[in-house]
Amino acid sequence: MDLSFVILVEVLYGVASLVLISAGLAVVFGMMKVINLAHGEFMMMGGYATITAVGLGVNVFVAMLVIAPLVVGLIGLIVERLVIRHLYGRLVDTMLATWGLSLVFIGLATMIFGNTTTGISTPIPGFAFGGYQVNGYNFFIIIVSIVLVIAMYAVLRGTRAGLIARGTMQRSDMAAALGYSPGRIYMMTFFCGSALSGLAGAVLAPLVGLVPTSGGAYIAKAFITVIAGGPSLIAGLVSSATSFGLVSQFFTFAISPVIGEVALLIAAVVLLRTMPQGITGRFFKGKL
Amino acid sequence: MGRSVLHDVIITLVVSALLIWLLPLMISTYTLTVLVIYGMLGLSLGLIWGFGGILCFGQAAFFGLGAYTYAIAAINIGESTLPMILAVLVPAVFAALLGAMMFYGRLADVYLGVITLVVTLILFKFVNSTAGPQYVIGNARLGGFNGIPGFQTLNVPGDPAAYIWGDPYFYVCAVALVIVFLLVTWLLRSSFGRIAVGIRENEVRMGLMGYDVATRKTVLFAIGAAIAGLAGALFANWGEIVTPNLFSLGQSAEIIIWCIVGGLGTRFGPIVGAAGLAYLKFMLGQQSMIDNTLVLGLILVLFVLFLPRGLVPAVASLLNSIFGGTKRKPKPRRMRRARHG
Repeated sequence: MDLSFVILVEVLYGVASLVLISAGLAVVFGMMKVINLAHGEFMMMGGYATITAVGLGVNVFVAMLVIAPLVVGLIGLIVERLVIRHLYGRLVDTMLATWGLSLVFIGLATMIFGNTTTGISTPIPGFAFGGYQVNGYNFFIIIVSIVLVIAMYAVLRGTRAGLIARGTMQRSDMAAALGYSPGRIYMMTFFCGSALSGLAGAVLAPLVGLVPTSGGAYIAKAFITVIAGGPSLIAGLVSSATSFGLVSQFFTFAISPVIGEVALLIAAVVLLRTMPQGITGRFFKGKL
Repeated sequence: MGRSVLHDVIITLVVSALLIWLLPLMISTYTLTVLVIYGMLGLSLGLIWGFGGILCFGQAAFFGLGAYTYAIAAINIGESTLPMILAVLVPAVFAALLGAMMFYGRLADVYLGVITLVVTLILFKFVNSTAGPQYVIGNARLGGFNGIPGFQTLNVPGDPAAYIWGDPYFYVCAVALVIVFLLVTWLLRSSFGRIAVGIRENEVRMGLMGYDVATRKTVLFAIGAAIAGLAGALFANWGEIVTPNLFSLGQSAEIIIWCIVGGLGTRFGPIVGAAGLAYLKFMLGQQSMIDNTLVLGLILVLFVLFLPRGLVPAVASLLNSIFGGTKRKPKPRRMRRARHG
């Protein structure tokens, strides 16, 4: 009983962290068909923003949930204006340019923060459940990602801004004809996507030691989750994060964490081979 | 046609002989050797991406696989001829299987990128985790993140005691690169190469004309992997150690940057890009003012934005516009970049 509860929490945590890692990339890819390979570095910068803010005496939660998303969002805005704006519609070129950006950010972070591991302690203490020690912070991550998905759904579905964004996503020329500048909408979307990446990086920062290259650990997972999810933004994100989370946690418990990671990657290859359009290319068609 | 082939071959031979003679006077052969090896690696991706339109995010996987195959086989056999051959064959077979899985499934575009990326990651993670003594192939311990040191390096075929190292090894690598370059030239001039370019330009049309697109792409992919494997084996001989870093994402990224900077759709561009950027990295490594990664990243961004065709085509068209009036203009070859990865 105790063990099954612990396993359930771990599995939920695995899924939640995948959702969190991929949300920013999913928004940018789902809306603008831009694959941002600097996504991992955006998360890394979110982590550094949090640590720096905490070092300056800001409350941890304010730093994670407010400062980091704003800082990274602004960086994203600058990047969009300077680089990505010129490359819309050229999928491979944006991928290469953002890959270059990711190297630039790694280099900058190395020059500013040095090539050492930094970190902050988890703000929520663990507790004992039955004979097991449970990390209390895992619950925080699960709750954050649930709130995140609901908020994304609510914004896209319920607000005028969401409606305009979805319209632009479908037919940008029609949105332009109705008087909404696609350029500005793309800019705002990229801001939101970057802010989400920053949030994810900040929330996950207490769990990992942060180095300038730690973005690389996220990008592959996020990339796989988003591509496997397919065209629908939220349904794709949740369904592919769930399937990958289940697979990787199952093998992590059954064999070892390394095999868990490898199983996730193999599952991705099999999934893409059988469903090249992603999960939502076949199921949940037309959902948001 | 026959005359222009001869012309091409003679120019290649003369220029490369000059370079092989002159370059060691300026740069130490130890550094030059690795530049030549990287040039070969760049050429392998330049072939499948620039002429086949296959954007492989995992060319480093074949490079690393070649290096590991060589190291493991060399430890078990104790001689270098058969391991060199294996180091070309194993990545080629691996790529053929992987390519068949992707191309017969009609995967293209980003999905192809994701799968090659993921396969590289799987290899990287797997090899990294093989530190324990139970991971043994024959007499060779895989060694995890420590890599495999201390294998038999290149020797004169048939005589394991006669090692080839130092200056002679540079000449071996350089001649190997020239041979590979000529083979690639021949391949691209053959009907196979022309059809490959056709597939890059319009896959559906070539399919409708009756060419088996999936098989041709698979074969081209395997050839690229074989070249990368050869480069990997040469690299293993140069470094005298193989580590999982050969498989890393950073290595794959670098190969792609070489091709972009040098120029896609040319045979020469990726080699120039690889050698040039590797030398730049070597120079940057000797100072600590600016971070190495920062410069490479900036170069990639600037090239994608301002010079997406790469250095060699840009310089060639510049030269053409200057000297174009006096010389016979060569028929313009289509060198459009592959749009769909």
